[in-house]
Amino acid sequence: MDQAIYTLHEFMLHTKNWTYILMGVTLLVYVGYWLFLTGRDEKIRKY
Amino acid sequence: MQHANTNKSLMTPGNIITGIILVMGLVLTVLRFTKGIGAVSNLDDNNPWGIWIGFDLLCGVALAAGGYVTSASCYLFGMKRYHSAVRPAITTAFLGYFFVVVALNYDLGHPLRLPYPLVYSQGTTSLLFEVGLCVATYLTVLFVEWSPAALEWLGLRKIRNVVVKLTLVLTIFGVVLSTLHQSSLGALFLIAPSKLHPLWYSSFLPVFFFISSMVAGLSMVIFEGSLAHKGMHHMMDETHLKEADGVVFGFGKAASFVLAGYFMIKVIDVTMDNDWHYLATGYGAWWLVEMLGFVALPSFLYALGVREKRIGVIRFASVLGVLGIVMNRFNVCLVAFNWQLPADQRYFPHWMEIGISVFIVTSIITVYRFIASRMPVLYEHPDYKDAH
Amino acid sequence: MDRRRFLTLLGSAGLTATVATTGTAKAASTGTFPGYKDSYGVLHDTTRCIGCRKCEQACNEVNKLPAPKAKFDDLTVLEKTRRTDADSWTVVNRYNAAGLDHPVFRKQQCNHCLEPACASACFVKAFTKNPDGSVTYDGSLCVGCRYCMVACPFNVPAFQYAEAFDPLIQKCTMCHPRLAEGKLPGCVEICPKEALTFGRRKDLVRIAHDRIRQNPGRYIDHVYGEQEMGGTAWMYISGVPFSATGMNEELGTKSAPEYTAGALGAVPMVVGIWPILLTGAYAITKRKEKIAAEEQAEAVKQAVAASRAEADDKLKAALAKADKDKEAAVTREVKKAVDEARKTFEEELAAKEQPEAPEGDDAGKPGEDA
Repeated sequence: MDQAIYTLHEFMLHTKNWTYILMGVTLLVYVGYWLFLTGRDEKIRKY
Repeated sequence: MQHANTNKSLMTPGNIITGIILVMGLVLTVLRFTKGIGAVSNLDDNNPWGIWIGFDLLCGVALAAGGYVTSASCYLFGMKRYHSAVRPAITTAFLGYFFVVVALNYDLGHPLRLPYPLVYSQGTTSLLFEVGLCVATYLTVLFVEWSPAALEWLGLRKIRNVVVKLTLVLTIFGVVLSTLHQSSLGALFLIAPSKLHPLWYSSFLPVFFFISSMVAGLSMVIFEGSLAHKGMHHMMDETHLKEADGVVFGFGKAASFVLAGYFMIKVIDVTMDNDWHYLATGYGAWWLVEMLGFVALPSFLYALGVREKRIGVIRFASVLGVLGIVMNRFNVCLVAFNWQLPADQRYFPHWMEIGISVFIVTSIITVYRFIASRMPVLYEHPDYKDAH
Repeated sequence: MDRRRFLTLLGSAGLTATVATTGTAKAASTGTFPGYKDSYGVLHDTTRCIGCRKCEQACNEVNKLPAPKAKFDDLTVLEKTRRTDADSWTVVNRYNAAGLDHPVFRKQQCNHCLEPACASACFVKAFTKNPDGSVTYDGSLCVGCRYCMVACPFNVPAFQYAEAFDPLIQKCTMCHPRLAEGKLPGCVEICPKEALTFGRRKDLVRIAHDRIRQNPGRYIDHVYGEQEMGGTAWMYISGVPFSATGMNEELGTKSAPEYTAGALGAVPMVVGIWPILLTGAYAITKRKEKIAAEEQAEAVKQAVAASRAEADDKLKAALAKADKDKEAAVTREVKKAVDEARKTFEEELAAKEQPEAPEGDDAGKPGEDA
């Protein structure tokens, strides 16, 4: 990044922006990964 | 069980009072949006947040916590005996959060810009950003979680079945999001240590708000359940009625223990900050009223009711539990906040602020009654009996 | 006046040079941030302030604020302690300090913190800490939530509660537009007693300490705002304790964003950890239910098998008994039949032997016996 960071506020703005994006990605990854992990399990029968 | 009896006259005393409140609310709404916040409130430059934030937002969100607590107990921790309590709790939560957003619009200077922080200029350093993002997301999750009731009522089987398959992931997201925004509402006050009395200010404010939200949820399910039994008994099916007492005893037991934990961590916190000397002041006495009368006492009463199998005691404890949450949110936001200001600069709500809050609560109750008397909330629709 | 103009020239010449990104700020994860090292500030020397309120008037004119009820030369206004409001971005207050025969005056306005609480709190980024040191507000973004007012430790931001459609936050801008033109802030320019000194913040800190040192006994040995809340651009030196002039001496040196960093940091951790734990709880619950169901099925199976075995045994016993009974019955019947046959035979025999000669009682031929 070229832009220098002068204040704690700027620093937090930058890191929190990326963190929020990561949070969304995390939730999606968790759902996908869980489906992958349990993909070949015995199906729970609901007659 | 019968559906809403449309032959009965609508002019019951309850409906008349509701009608008067709704009309008053509409008048106040017009005043608010044509004359500005100053015309209908006692908010000022020293006291920017009043009961619209302290009650409508903080208490509203806390008391809607029954949704995540009940659904987590039933779907994540396997307590199937609470299944009949899930839909009423989710309905309350959905309506609660929806009307929190409605109430928020009264408090904002530019309500139409509410989407700005999400879509236009994200102030991610702010805990209020976190609250807004979480509440918006959770409201969506709640709407989807609640929708099967409406879909069954409308007979939209296919969509309903798709949504029900999402229950697990929605429940987990619901608990995650609830943890975040319940705690972040407390975290809002972290930024103003100089303005909040030391007995209430703590770096653990977010933890306190989260733990007490669980108490609020458990107590509200019990409290609301007793109201529903009186007013909407005819809508309840056999399962609901059979499980009802079990819900009260089970939730009462949980609430007792969580309240005890909450009491302990508050005591630990005051000790860590070395603030015991404040107990000898007026604010200290008030803190004791909150902790002893509305945390310790309901904890004991819940325990008593569970041990002696006295449902009336548990119901009473749930009233104290609900009042305790309201008191805590009021204390943090309005009483302990600005404690150092001279008395003549302190805030007390204008009657119109109170009027609008009453209007919001009445609206929630009215919509709930509408939903519960028509849609499968207090009973299971015979066409959709799931194996669960 | 001349000195001020000199400082102004110095200031505007240097301003353009400092806006460029002079080197990267070393943001160590635990370190502090340097801020804009050539940013400006104002030093307020309250021992020089006479409470003439000309600064309030200049501010009002420069910012085209509405005329107040009482004129600016009306000093009866000082009888009450005032705070900034929507139409007064700066106020001068009069204080009576213990042990002094004259009142003390102090000007209050936005302190333009180095790490502003308002900027940290604002969820639409309506506040900006500019390189020139001023903290400015963009009303076009503002949603009107008033969290900045909650956050500001100095109770500076004011809100236009009377405005129905476009209520905005109002506060001192350090005359940011005037600074861009190389001018001084309005209040600084008009002050007749040089109670306000404009310059680079780092110079003002030095000037303040120099002034304190060169005038022993005149000042409290502390520059308010040098470190409070992480440091402010607008600083104060005073001849009386700062609390006597309504300033909070217990604010500490921690900045607002530092107070919230912990809670903000916990948020992504909850998102990362909770779903794992909750899914785990669900999985454990499902496993327990599965095992319970299996155990129950097993128990049922065993119970069924046991009762079936019991039933089988009973049936076998009953069949065996039935066989035995049948056999015994058959034996009985046969014996009965044989006895009867024998009896009949004997009777016939006796009858037969009767008419011939009653010679000997034949007990009967030893016939076949059953």
